[in-house]
Amino acid sequence: MATVLDIRNITYQVEKQTILNDINWQIEEGSLITVTGPSGSGKSTLMRIIANLQPYSSGEIIYQGKSLDEYDPIKYRQQVSYAFQQPDLFGQTVEDNLRFPYMARNQSFDQNRAYDVLQSVDLSKDYLTRSIDNLSGGEKQRVALIRNIIIMPKVLILDEVTTGLDDVTKTAVRNLIKQVNQSGVTVLQVTHDDAEIKNSDMLVTVANEKLTQNKEE
Amino acid sequence: MSHQLVANNSSVILSFILVLISLYIGWKEKLGVDKEIVIAVVRAIIQLTIVGYVLKYVFKINNWMLTAAIMLFIIFNAAYNAKQRSNKLPQAMWISLLAIFTGTGVSIFVVILTGSIKFVPMQIVPITGMMAGQSMVAVGLCYRNMNSYFKDRREQVMEKLSLGATPLLASKDIIRDSIKTGIQPTIDSAKTLGLVSLPGMMSGLIFAGVDPVLAIKYQIMVSFMLLSNTSLAAIIACYCAYKKYYNSRDQLITD
Ligand SMILES: Nc1ncnc2c1ncn2[C@@H]1O[C@H](COP(=O)(O)OP(=O)(O)OP(=O)(O)O)[C@@H](O)[C@H]1O
Ligand SMILES: [Mg+2]
Repeated sequence: MATVLDIRNITYQVEKQTILNDINWQIEEGSLITVTGPSGSGKSTLMRIIANLQPYSSGEIIYQGKSLDEYDPIKYRQQVSYAFQQPDLFGQTVEDNLRFPYMARNQSFDQNRAYDVLQSVDLSKDYLTRSIDNLSGGEKQRVALIRNIIIMPKVLILDEVTTGLDDVTKTAVRNLIKQVNQSGVTVLQVTHDDAEIKNSDMLVTVANEKLTQNKEE
Repeated sequence: MSHQLVANNSSVILSFILVLISLYIGWKEKLGVDKEIVIAVVRAIIQLTIVGYVLKYVFKINNWMLTAAIMLFIIFNAAYNAKQRSNKLPQAMWISLLAIFTGTGVSIFVVILTGSIKFVPMQIVPITGMMAGQSMVAVGLCYRNMNSYFKDRREQVMEKLSLGATPLLASKDIIRDSIKTGIQPTIDSAKTLGLVSLPGMMSGLIFAGVDPVLAIKYQIMVSFMLLSNTSLAAIIACYCAYKKYYNSRDQLITD
């Protein structure tokens, strides 16, 4: 299989403190990879670097054979999409949030697609017009997640998006992630959840500034 | 006329008693502003004395180039002051200069075109001062608010970027809210015009014995000018300043 992302010698330092040190990682196209590691080890930092949301100190990222620097940063982020660990919703309604990815691409909003993705995370159609102030924490989390997939990216990076959800919704979200992956999207998911780790093609651990790969059989 | 303005030296010195009162309050309440009050008073005396003599000279020779130079000088100073409130925003001086120059310039240009005021120093200099002063406050407010919005809504801006937004789209709410807070004081004072305060220029005209109705006409014109001037300056400043929060990879800059 082809390598979609090639992380080469990525190092990240802030104020003389090294957070990531010489990370090398080849990510195969279409794979579902779980990223784990202790709290504060730099998982989110690495994911944000890969998503072109923050700078790194040295190294190189190759996406589909070309250096990240050669891409238009916005076009790149439309293909490599990062879902935040503690997301915020914006605007007034759920619809405002689901419209946003379309607005960013100058496309017209696809309401049926919005209903579909809502349903895929166990939210009924009438959630579309709901005010974001009346959503529970778990509902907000799911709305935030589907913003990243309402228009399918090539690479989807999920940062502990199931943390805090109950078992029923967790299962719904996991199924959605599987489904997204099966449609050809490369998925990197940060999680501490054993069931999610079991489900993936590969497990990598970020610890002590390094990344180690342990292939799952 | 029996009510001619008389501000002779002794009345100025007597009004100094008022400064002593505020100094006493500051000292008694331990506000720690004694030094600042003294500096403010000394600066006011020196600056205004110099300005008084300069204006006297400028009005007398009435040369358009000199008038334009004074205009630029006022605008430059206003831009410098606005820049001071920008929390180390890169190129804040240029942005402020562009914003204040355009806001002030356009509103004065329009009223000169309509013939309401003439390009003579006696009219241009004070009106430039009023306009540049107000847009200086507006631009300064824009900077300060934009900075705190970018801090408070950092996560939200990053999320928008991760959803494929350009920096402009990701900053849209912040730009809009910053512009709003920048021009809010001007709108508020326009709303209460004449009810709460008689604005400086109108008070000045009435003080000098001008018919209040005529003074009001001028004040209305000035209020309109202030609104367009601060709106323009705030819009220009915010649309230029937001870009400075991003690096060349369109990522939010961390402090
Ligand atoms: N801008 C920054 N300045 C200073 N330190 C930072 C900065 N960003 C991240 N860090 C530090 O980098 C380390 C890694 O943070 P990161 O959020 O990537 O960890 P994580 O592995 O995702 O942890 P968690 O599992 O708790 O989410 C932490 O020690 C954090 O304090
Ligand atoms: Mg994290």
